Amino acid sequence: MSTALPVRNRPPVSLRPATAKDSSQDRQKQMIADHYEKLAHAKENGQKVVYTFVPGNLTELLQALDLLPVLPEINALQSGMRQKSAGYIAEAEKAGHSEDVCTYVKCDIGMLKSGNFGPTGTKLPEPDLLLLSYTGCFTFLKWFELLREEYKCPVVMLHVPYQPDGVISPEMREYVVNQLRDEVIPALERLSGKKLDMDKLKYHLDLSRQAEDDLVKVWESAKHKPSPIDGYFGGVYYIGPIFTSFRGSQDAVDYYRELRGECEARILRNEGPQTPDGLMGEQRYRLVVEGPPNWTSFPDFWRMFAKEGAVVVASTYTRVGGLYDTGFRHDSSQPLETMANYCLGCYTNLGLPTRVDLLERYIREYEADGFLINSVKSCNSFSAGQLLMLRQLEQRTGVPGGFIESDLVDPRYFSKANIENRLQSYFQMIDARRLRVSA
Amino acid sequence: MAETTTQTPGLPGADRASQILHQARTVMDDLHLGPVQRWKAAHPGGLAIGYMPIYVPRPLFEAIGCLPVTIFGGGDQVDIIRGDSYFQSYICHIPRSTIELGLNGHLNCLDGMVFPSLCDVIRNLGGMWKMLFPDRWSSYLDLPQNFALHLGGKFYAQELKRIARELHERGAKAYDPEALREAIRHENRRRLAINVLDNLRRTEPWRLPTSDMYVLLRAGGLMPALEHAQMLEEFADAVRARPARPFDNVRVVLVGAFCEQPPLDLIRTLEKSGCDIVDDDLQLGLRYIESAIDDTTSDPLEALANSFIQYGAATASRYIGTAEKGAALLEKVQATKADGVVFAAASFCDPALLDQPMLEAALERNGVPFTAFKFSENTGQFQVIREQAGAFSDSVKLWGTVQ
Ligand code: SF4
Ligand code: SF4
Repeated sequence: MSTALPVRNRPPVSLRPATAKDSSQDRQKQMIADHYEKLAHAKENGQKVVYTFVPGNLTELLQALDLLPVLPEINALQSGMRQKSAGYIAEAEKAGHSEDVCTYVKCDIGMLKSGNFGPTGTKLPEPDLLLLSYTGCFTFLKWFELLREEYKCPVVMLHVPYQPDGVISPEMREYVVNQLRDEVIPALERLSGKKLDMDKLKYHLDLSRQAEDDLVKVWESAKHKPSPIDGYFGGVYYIGPIFTSFRGSQDAVDYYRELRGECEARILRNEGPQTPDGLMGEQRYRLVVEGPPNWTSFPDFWRMFAKEGAVVVASTYTRVGGLYDTGFRHDSSQPLETMANYCLGCYTNLGLPTRVDLLERYIREYEADGFLINSVKSCNSFSAGQLLMLRQLEQRTGVPGGFIESDLVDPRYFSKANIENRLQSYFQMIDARRLRVSA
Repeated sequence: MAETTTQTPGLPGADRASQILHQARTVMDDLHLGPVQRWKAAHPGGLAIGYMPIYVPRPLFEAIGCLPVTIFGGGDQVDIIRGDSYFQSYICHIPRSTIELGLNGHLNCLDGMVFPSLCDVIRNLGGMWKMLFPDRWSSYLDLPQNFALHLGGKFYAQELKRIARELHERGAKAYDPEALREAIRHENRRRLAINVLDNLRRTEPWRLPTSDMYVLLRAGGLMPALEHAQMLEEFADAVRARPARPFDNVRVVLVGAFCEQPPLDLIRTLEKSGCDIVDDDLQLGLRYIESAIDDTTSDPLEALANSFIQYGAATASRYIGTAEKGAALLEKVQATKADGVVFAAASFCDPALLDQPMLEAALERNGVPFTAFKFSENTGQFQVIREQAGAFSDSVKLWGTVQ
């Protein structure tokens, strides 16, 4: 575990100007803008809107029924990045929500009470239905109970059993499939006014698989040295389309094909990833990161790593909306079973021992120099047990573990100086270990 | 103020009710689980299976020769030395003290642990347990949140079969429907005995303060249902027979303390502040099923699973899909003729604290006064709570509302 060491004075690594701009970024921006545009006109166009969560989202199903998803978690993180979350959280706390609970929920409630203006500044349509995919996080249940109180709209819930031992039993899968067949699909059909066309669903599931193949290649590109991607700070952009409204669309297929090409091109040029201030130069530390990032100071947080030459080669946060690099792909030959398997396999739906195994695997396969846990106050699903995970990983791998604390969207819990000091000490610990190993 | 004419408990000459209370208190305070050890000695081959709040289907365990043992952490009796190093400051207290008890050997007499799906902390604690104690059996118990019998009910019955199978592989008796019917009968008898005491507490709260009721129920978490039922029945007779003086207090329902338990002194503080607690969700596990379970059916395991689906109490950890949020609490307020509600949630308790605003809104809509505070199982200072509860009870008494 990281201990306080004197702060050292090592010069920051120099960043290089990018040689080629990533056009995938522009593509993603356009996709998002188009989606919010559709949402802005959903009511006048008679399109039904479904609010749902990222882990265990059923995007292919929604697309097959021409329903438009809104993801409150994404609104919350966008509010954090746009420096709106502090106000929204204050609004929710003023209305009686406890300071102790998840700030995503409070940010969303505060946003709702402040007019429900989304990331593009346009008002979000109210939900016609809340699709509660209860996958990997208890707070989801309460979140949609709270929203139901506000919107007075129907809710359909999908209980996804937890995988305590990292095994999907036939009973778990059957339970999810039966709920999909008997409750979720009929509710969505009623909302959309049409019967589910299985061929259309399969078409979208096929597109999902294609995008997933390319995303895995993107993740695996980080095995190369220097890594062409940052699998955490950059990774949160890479997961944008596939974790949200676009999985199962041709747009997502095109995006991931392009992104993969960009990574491969960077490997050929021996280039590192983009950072907020240019291309990363020397990569001094290869890290695996567990836990969500902080959004309110996201660029600053990223810079703390980039200027030290620390690149994240794999992260678990980028697996919350789907874990693909252990082999899962959407399989159109078994539409309901594959959706069940997807939901069951999301990262936060896995027991702690399985999470430790996965992190260990990342540390070894990506030849990491260390692993770092960003423990966020909001999220018991992620955070409870992380200190034991840290110990276990140190014991198993021998690489140094670091531990920092912050929050997702509550700026009161992001202490820049504190985190910076801890990171400095942590990098020093990795240096010290290297010296010991090479001596 | 609630007051009983309690003589020195445990000493010869104490009235029978006080003696029973003393016994229950001894069971409750024994962090080394002496009563469990004695049960094991008297039942060779029997397994003691600990479980975290709120609820597990106790009759299933009893039917296969296991003693289900509620583990409520270390309360205010344990110094946390190692437990704190496993949890960040923003996580509630019960997992720390439970880890502490596990690491310092207090739970060694347990042959296994069950972690029901109450919240993400208990869920992850289950994973930690597997890593910390890899040689001991432990299991997550996924309680369904889908309440259709053919969906959640079916899944839950399969979960119960799995647990029974795994325990049988570790020495428990094989599942036998007749044994389960018998265990259900015992649980129903206990439930009835609890109902009798609950009614007594509602009609004559000065005769049976909640602080006493709490001790009686807490002890039951470490006892077989039949033995506990007999104890409660005997206590009910004895407590009716002893003299008690009525007091004119405010009647309150206590909500939010279903998992991490407040110190007994906190409950007493509320009582001393002029609140008769006429209903509560402390020890909810023994009251979770709000009806008798069918003990005549040919498939008692299905009946047990269905009882959870059909008669499970509305609490923060249970998803409320269609019913109005807070309706169950309002019913309780009406049924117990309560004047108000006291919310007491453990600090950092996600289920309770996320639920609370919805319950408060329901109370507000219906003009039911309430007050709220947070606690930790090792809270030692009650002054602020005493003042808050005192002001609440005075206000409700004078104006029927909070001023
Ligand atoms: S508790 Fe964690 S997973 Fe759940 S909503 Fe909050 S941030 Fe998301
Ligand atoms: S006190 Fe609340 S958050 Fe903590 S373990 Fe219990 S239910 Fe979970």
